[in-house]
Amino acid sequence: MDLAETRLKALMLASLDGDAKAYRALLAALAPHLRAYFARRLAQAADAEDLVQETLIAIHSRRASYDATLPFTAWLHAIARYKLIDHFRRGRLRRTLPLEDAGSVMAEESHEASAAAHDVERLLATLPENRRSLIRQVKIEGLSTAEAAARTGQSESAVKVGIHRGLKKLAALIREKP
Amino acid sequence: MRTDELIDRLAGHLAPVSRGAAGRILAAGVGGGSAVSFVLMAAWLGIRPDLAQAVSTGAYWMKFLYTLGFAAAGLGSVSRLARPGGRPNWAVELLPAALVAALAAAQWISAPPFQHHHLLMGASHLVCPWRIVALSLPVFAGTVWSLRRLAPTRLLLTGAAAGLFAGAAGAWIYAFHCDESSAVFVAVWYTLGIALAGVLGALLGRRLLRW
Repeated sequence: MDLAETRLKALMLASLDGDAKAYRALLAALAPHLRAYFARRLAQAADAEDLVQETLIAIHSRRASYDATLPFTAWLHAIARYKLIDHFRRGRLRRTLPLEDAGSVMAEESHEASAAAHDVERLLATLPENRRSLIRQVKIEGLSTAEAAARTGQSESAVKVGIHRGLKKLAALIREKP
Repeated sequence: MRTDELIDRLAGHLAPVSRGAAGRILAAGVGGGSAVSFVLMAAWLGIRPDLAQAVSTGAYWMKFLYTLGFAAAGLGSVSRLARPGGRPNWAVELLPAALVAALAAAQWISAPPFQHHHLLMGASHLVCPWRIVALSLPVFAGTVWSLRRLAPTRLLLTGAAAGLFAGAAGAWIYAFHCDESSAVFVAVWYTLGIALAGVLGALLGRRLLRW
């Protein structure tokens, strides 16, 4: 067994026992490793950094799924690979338009889409900072509530309530001014 | 947010996780779903009134052990697939079906031809697979509840394995009601019900299990 596996597995086992220092060391050691993994496979550096963060959050929220009798690096790579495939799948869903239609749609859409994006931003700006960032993370970036909770350090129910109230406020605003 | 800030935040939210946590999550979902399914069977179909006599027959234990063995093998695959990188064990998964198929073939060959129709169709072949699928649904829901708290990475396979497991558990529960006793009947119609539950699981897997 190689050195990285032995060292990282020891840190993971200590983390599962609640050792925050070992856990911080583990995540700090994994971040550059994941960054290299995603950067090799993606064109956009910003996407790679998003995936690094998503994978770290997944490691955190899914740590109960690690079986201590199996290699840690295999578990880690399966999660990173899953997040990468999930990223490609989301990208494909966004680009399902046949190519020959793209020209005409883009001409209309670029105007309408930018106007819509502008409206969304203007409405979002009226919300308090916490709710605005929660709605942006869950409804626009597509994170799960659990991931948003981990990222912002709130409980999952607080995230759900925040989003619900924020959306209600937005709906009321839209009804007010046609 | 910057990645090092995220790491600080995650490290600040670390709670210890016991070694058996994944097993307990799975046990809770599977146990809860199976209990609901058993109550559903007892209230909707009723436990067979001749159960006390039936337990002394080989046919009863053939059904009991086939479905329980299939469920146990299925649960093994589900618990491996529930973890990142986990693979199913198809050889073990299909072993109970192969054994019961061999038993059914022996029964078919040794029976006089005029009995063949009854051995295959019994009295309930039209309802048997559908009732097994219906009874598998609470077990499937419980299993999905557990899997959503774990981390399957092969969603289609995990959905199929969860469906097959739920189908086998549903069939085991259905056997408390069903009074068919031929191995041919069980090998065909029970297995069909379990397979339908597996197909349903595969179709729903990607949608239900994404994280």
